[in-house]
Amino acid sequence: MISQTFYCEMLSSLTRAMLSSSSPPPSSHLLLTHSSHCLKTPNLSHRQCKQQKRWTHGSQRASRVVAYYGLKEPPYKLDALEPYMSRRTLEVHWGGHHRNYLEGLNKQLEKSDILYGYTFDELVKATYNNGNPLPEFNNAAQVWNHDFFWESMQPGGGDMPKLGVLEQIEKDFGSYTSFREKFIEAALTLFGSGWVWLVLKREERQLKIVRTSNAICPLVWDDIPIICLDMWEHAYYLDYKNERGKYVDTFMNHLVSWNAAMVRMARAEAFVNLGEPNIPVA
Amino acid sequence: MALRTLSRKSLAGLTRNGRGGLGFGLVPVRGLKTFTLPDLPYDYGALEPSISREIMEIHHLKHHNTYVDNFNKALDNLEQAMDTGDSSTVVKLQSALKFNGGGLEGGGEPPKGSLGWEVDNQFGSLQSLKQKMMVEGSALQGSGWVWLALDKDQKKLSVECTANQDPLIVKGANYVPLLGIDVWEHAYYLQYKNVRPDYLKYIWEVVNWKYASEVYEKEYP
Repeated sequence: MISQTFYCEMLSSLTRAMLSSSSPPPSSHLLLTHSSHCLKTPNLSHRQCKQQKRWTHGSQRASRVVAYYGLKEPPYKLDALEPYMSRRTLEVHWGGHHRNYLEGLNKQLEKSDILYGYTFDELVKATYNNGNPLPEFNNAAQVWNHDFFWESMQPGGGDMPKLGVLEQIEKDFGSYTSFREKFIEAALTLFGSGWVWLVLKREERQLKIVRTSNAICPLVWDDIPIICLDMWEHAYYLDYKNERGKYVDTFMNHLVSWNAAMVRMARAEAFVNLGEPNIPVA
Repeated sequence: MALRTLSRKSLAGLTRNGRGGLGFGLVPVRGLKTFTLPDLPYDYGALEPSISREIMEIHHLKHHNTYVDNFNKALDNLEQAMDTGDSSTVVKLQSALKFNGGGLEGGGEPPKGSLGWEVDNQFGSLQSLKQKMMVEGSALQGSGWVWLALDKDQKKLSVECTANQDPLIVKGANYVPLLGIDVWEHAYYLQYKNVRPDYLKYIWEVVNWKYASEVYEKEYP
């Protein structure tokens, strides 16, 4: 059994090798990317890796360690969001759906040498293939979306955003109330399965509310997501049955993590200049 | 819930734009018709244990009802704002839901007669047809329906999937639906949670092959 540190070293050197040829990912949703995640004590529930492959390359015989994605736990216990999102929902949603997507993705990556080398954000964009998604897209994007979703919530969440996020919301929507109304409306008028996002648009340098269907993630349009809400029925059906309005209200009042939004916003400002002064032309 | 006996023929005769037939209350209001929720031709608990009573009640009384309400609202708006985009969506799902309401019953007895023969001919056996529909239904991403369709022109059966509430027609005007299975998560979640394949396995026990056979024989007497 390979020790954890050795695995981490192998993984980081592998990742470094892969990353050296491409530019750093501009929009991973956390300050830490997946590769560096293993350098601190990981909060992963299980790690699948360590498949030794013998490589016969002429005279060189190297054993290759292949790494797979592990299922990231939400940053809170599964019952921490009670009574707004039950433990049962977390168990089925995270342990069932999210895990299935992840295992499906790993199986698909096993077979694809090209896709295997991408970082997670880039994988989502690459498999989207500009609107013609590859079969791996669904799994990759859904894993990404769900990771982002768990981190967009916290126990004791809701309430109002503060500081920079609040300022930007007020700038782009007029007021927090108006933003909240628009967000809720977007969620309730979404037909079928999908997600609702608050994203920062790079070109317009504005926050916008975006709805996506099924697995689509605004990363593919190069937007920077700030928070998201899962409007697939499996996200709320056990707790709220068909009462979507109640679910969305509860999310806004008690679950949404403005702290996470602040972190993501801070990072986004490294890539999007929000404070550009209006320089008058003489 | 009041039960009404709906004859199979009247259900089969319902057209896409929702007019005519039993099961709709037509109340002329300012020249517009408003629609009411059609009753199911069986009790809510009749499909246990494949589909629980709770699911049937919520699915019919909440989801289906909401669609009917929205349809009526859209009809109201139609006069003022020409809200054709929205109403066409609702019309589509009306037909899909209506169809499914009629299509689930009959104890799941396998089809006999010409449909049974055609199934065996084209798919090898009823089991392999079920398997195919299970696979397609499970593979469908997001919300939608899986259908056993009859291609009228080519006289062939096929398994089709549609997204959200799109009726089978969007796959081709020559398709006639014989069976439709709702794979929106609300159709099975309370009972089967995320294990959609199980739902697709057990639903065969309540599928109405009799109705499917009748539709088939109507096309090819």
